Amino acid sequence: MPSWLSVAERTPSAGLRQWLEGLGHAVTSKIWRLGFAARFFGAVLLHSGTAFRRFGLTIREIYFAGVQSMIIILVSGLFVGMVLGLQGYDTLQRYGSGEALGVLVALSLVRELGPVVAGLLFASRAGSAITAEIGLMKATEQIAAMEMMAVDPIARVVAPRFWAGVISMPLLAALFSAMGIFGGYLIGVQLIGVDEGAFWSQMQASVDVRQDVLNGVIKSLVFGVAVTWIAVFEGYDAPPTAEGVSGATTRTVVTSSLAILALDFMLTALMFTGGSAK
Amino acid sequence: MASAPIVEIENVTFGYDAARPVLHGVSLRIESGRVVGIMGQSGCGKTTLLRIIAGWLKASAGTTRVLGENLDALDSAGVFALRRKMGMLFQFGALFTDMTVFDNVAFQMREHTDLPEELIGDLVMLKLEAVGLRGAARLMPSALSGGMARRVALARAIALDPHLMLYDEPFTGLDPISLGVIARLIRTLNDSLGQTSIVVSHDVEECFAIVDYVYFVSDGRIVAQGTPEELRRSAEPFVVQFVHGETDGPIPFHYPAPGYQADLAVVAERG
Repeated sequence: MPSWLSVAERTPSAGLRQWLEGLGHAVTSKIWRLGFAARFFGAVLLHSGTAFRRFGLTIREIYFAGVQSMIIILVSGLFVGMVLGLQGYDTLQRYGSGEALGVLVALSLVRELGPVVAGLLFASRAGSAITAEIGLMKATEQIAAMEMMAVDPIARVVAPRFWAGVISMPLLAALFSAMGIFGGYLIGVQLIGVDEGAFWSQMQASVDVRQDVLNGVIKSLVFGVAVTWIAVFEGYDAPPTAEGVSGATTRTVVTSSLAILALDFMLTALMFTGGSAK
Repeated sequence: MASAPIVEIENVTFGYDAARPVLHGVSLRIESGRVVGIMGQSGCGKTTLLRIIAGWLKASAGTTRVLGENLDALDSAGVFALRRKMGMLFQFGALFTDMTVFDNVAFQMREHTDLPEELIGDLVMLKLEAVGLRGAARLMPSALSGGMARRVALARAIALDPHLMLYDEPFTGLDPISLGVIARLIRTLNDSLGQTSIVVSHDVEECFAIVDYVYFVSDGRIVAQGTPEELRRSAEPFVVQFVHGETDGPIPFHYPAPGYQADLAVVAERG
């Protein structure tokens, strides 16, 4: 048997050393990659001129990332709103405050569910597509061909996609919330019979533009930056093979979903605590 | 004929990591108007050499002069400026799959010039006519055969009339007819547009048919050079093995390995 197949030759201390070496290597490579992602982010910002000077490029990407995500966002928003209507009314009417359903639905959506669920859907619908597209462009040497034609792929390919995602995300979150409120209205007012005037007027009185709506928009903007940054980086960094691109696509969805949830916790802690919350 | 060299490489050494150099002290000189082949087996360093000429990789030692510029002294803006005078045909064409054939060929003109769209339209048709695919202008790359895709990529590469054309394995994976078409195009475009061309390839017959001069690369070194006729007559063992496709010779059939017996369980136990 060849020596490299033999297990007996490996002493316990050699095994431990190997394990530690592997651990160290894994940690340093993760940190290195994080640094690379940060530098990549800087490069994308630095080369964003083309994305705005030739805004047609960005508009085209807004169509692919934003407009084509609208169906899933609208349908999901409607269902989430309808579920909120059913569950919210069930709880509220126990305390005799069924009329507050409008407030509950609107605040849950505008503050939390709108940005978070729209962000998660955006990551899996548009983020994965961006990663796969850039990764395949790299695997088929399209990125290299562009460099060879003296065109900077970060400015021409990456930056328009990045800004398209950043612009689309708050709009999608707003559509999600609006559709959710409509779903809550359908269930609460039309089906259950909550007073329509109370539903809308309590909502109008209790939802603050700055405290609730603006904070929700800020959240969705932050999620948009995070998701699209992860998506373009994973695509650009993907090994140029079939499994490299598929692995990168999976990582985009997993990493950006976790990033959304972690960022949401941090932003909520900053925005809605400290006595200023309603 | 003593024309100025378009590419001049002296003693270039390169390695992706310091422990395993890919090129060892390579020198070559390519004069204007020539079609020069760089040949060798897969993994010998010929594509790396092409990438150094394209300013993609920086040599760790030695000097590289391309179109009168010293590549080692150029920053990335300088390399990009130099690349506007170069064209490259990639192994599988590397067409932009989200654009039509027309838009692919127009890409560089739109990116680098302020020409009006009607003029760009005429220029694109001119380039597509040169490769015989004017009729395919409105097709998407997915609708093209391998040979057609490579011809479109060729039209795209010559869009801005480059002085220097680089071909990375232009014959790989083509049927005999497409292969003949590409080979003839390389030669005729070079002569009619006054270009200089470098063809990296391992296809002996196709390459010998169109090039003026050949450099043979093996294990990161230039092991032989000459015109195709000189190399066909050469008695150099590597050239003989490569040109005639012999299994064993200076390039061994076996990948380096320890003694055969050590890898065979039954024999090793008896021993």
